[in-house]
Amino acid sequence: MAVMRFRQAIVAALTDEMRKDPTVMVFGEDVAHAEGPFKTSEGLLAEFGPLRVRDTPISEMAFTGAAVGAAIMGMKPVVEIMFMEFLGVALDQLVTEAAKLRYLSNGTLSVPMVVRASCGSGLGFGSQHSQTLENWVAATPGLKVIHLSDPQSAYSLMRAAIQDPDPVMVLEPRILYGERGEVDTSITMKIGKARTLRSGKAITIVSLGQMVNVCKGAIEISGIDAELIDLGTIVPWDKEAVLESVTKTGRLVVVEEAPESGGWGSEIVAAVSAELFNSLKGAPFRITTPNAPVPYSGILETRFVPTQEDIVRQLKHAIETGEKPKTWWQLEGISQ
Amino acid sequence: MKTSMSRRQDIQSNQLAQYERMLEIREFEEQINALFAAGLVRGSTHLCQGQEALAVGLASVLRHTDVVAATYRGHGIALALGLTPESVLGEIMGKTNGCCGGVGGSMHMCDMDMGLLPTSAIVGAGIPIATGAALAFQTQGTDNVGVAVFGDGASNIGAFHEGLNLAAIWKLPVIFICDNNVYGEYSRIQTTTPIEDLHTRAESYNMPHFALDGMDISAVQAGVSEAVKRARTGGGPTLIEAKTYRFAGHSRADQALYRPAGELEKWLERDPIKVTENAFTAQGILTPESIKQMKSSMKETLEKVIAVCTQAPEPTLGSMFENIWTPTKGSR
Repeated sequence: MAVMRFRQAIVAALTDEMRKDPTVMVFGEDVAHAEGPFKTSEGLLAEFGPLRVRDTPISEMAFTGAAVGAAIMGMKPVVEIMFMEFLGVALDQLVTEAAKLRYLSNGTLSVPMVVRASCGSGLGFGSQHSQTLENWVAATPGLKVIHLSDPQSAYSLMRAAIQDPDPVMVLEPRILYGERGEVDTSITMKIGKARTLRSGKAITIVSLGQMVNVCKGAIEISGIDAELIDLGTIVPWDKEAVLESVTKTGRLVVVEEAPESGGWGSEIVAAVSAELFNSLKGAPFRITTPNAPVPYSGILETRFVPTQEDIVRQLKHAIETGEKPKTWWQLEGISQ
Repeated sequence: MKTSMSRRQDIQSNQLAQYERMLEIREFEEQINALFAAGLVRGSTHLCQGQEALAVGLASVLRHTDVVAATYRGHGIALALGLTPESVLGEIMGKTNGCCGGVGGSMHMCDMDMGLLPTSAIVGAGIPIATGAALAFQTQGTDNVGVAVFGDGASNIGAFHEGLNLAAIWKLPVIFICDNNVYGEYSRIQTTTPIEDLHTRAESYNMPHFALDGMDISAVQAGVSEAVKRARTGGGPTLIEAKTYRFAGHSRADQALYRPAGELEKWLERDPIKVTENAFTAQGILTPESIKQMKSSMKETLEKVIAVCTQAPEPTLGSMFENIWTPTKGSR
């Protein structure tokens, strides 16, 4: 057991996998000599050399596609998309190539590649460097999608992603890179397996990424006996764990750092509503960001993502009335 | 029925077999039109009459451990690399005997044993993938090569420029072959591209490049061999522009009425089948009689293939759920 920063846990996962498996290689923009813009590849070039650790041009389409080609020819590439938005120019290679090549090879190929991307708001990077954008990839059969929440999951789920035989997208909340936490490197985590971080009876909170810490804070300051599930994997998500929890609590809220429309939480709420309809004590609902780009101003950005206080307000309302609470912008008289 | 491996070996150094394979591709593509008319083929197809010399010439100089990323205009390359006509036609007809079990269709050929990566229906997409395959070969220390075959239209998409740049800076063992058949979909290349010789684009990537006569199989073999040799010996990538012509329209619905009068006729004089017949007849490999005999027996062979594929079973419902994820222990 050691205390590591979130970014160091990623370095440790990459290092341990590269030591174990000579086919693992890392490439992306400034990941080799500069050791990563967020220092998530510290020491890799020095230890593993320039064949396996490579700087690429600013050329996401080429290096994501190169990862696809290398993966099907026996390597396990891990590529870094510096900001999740940059995946936009490479999306074809992930969604239309990587996700389809097993299918289009009659099962003769696997595409064991990992695409890592920093994501999320909170650091004042503005509307083109602050989104999470899981929904870009979550609706594509053939891809697995992970969203990390703390140093332990950064270590254990990253290793699971690298070991996985299929293409895996790993989202890393940028705001967490400096965060410290205990990491037990002997802990293995499975893709598709949620973690129950706190047991409770009043309501089930499902969340992931940087929202997990915010949910923890909301539980702490309110004293609400909530069950907190860190979903960890969006595709395939752990339906069993969520249904089991909501069967116990009768209530569900999903807390998401993403616009209300088309978010991953809709999938969770739809499944729970349909499968547990008759045993629910209240309407399952979501706490999301507004349907708006991420604003730059600190005052605006702080309110844009779900806050501890707003989560507490909504939890209380839901538990007391069984009804879906209003969003903060509805309370402000803004209709969307 | 011959295996794909023996079909591949057939064309390695046997010129007669190379001519026969070109004939097979031509006759195969002609038959696809008829099968469409008969309602036995769905969706769309992209035929390659006029581009047979490139397909067979390329396949004849590669090893089966090299890999080729080709495009949705891929029947010819698939057949050239060794895939059986049954597995190609079966796929086009959506049958279980197809190379992709019937879930791929005309645009999706694949046979990893022959080094054919899944052909892509996205213009330019195979360029970074072939580059990545070459990255694997370089990292693993083998002397296999990656090949990307793409059309003239792909030279205007980002993947082309990004892929060539990456291959150049890493000196990867990859050969980029631009099959310039003059038209990108319905548009003449000169209306979409400000240069005549597409291979010169490699200049800005400091990459060796040249054009070759894509209607002449011996020119294809000589040019591709040179690039393959360079790639195998650590000399890095090459961009080759094969000057060909697409005798048919872009896809099924396209009658290619936009072609200037006389253009097709002019190119038909350079029909790769005829060019090969003339050259091989001069060399004593073919005679007018043997050509006639081979053409008629090819028709018969393909009629049998069509009968086999027509009778082949349709995929089961369960097959649509297969091959999405790799099965693992305890996987869900």
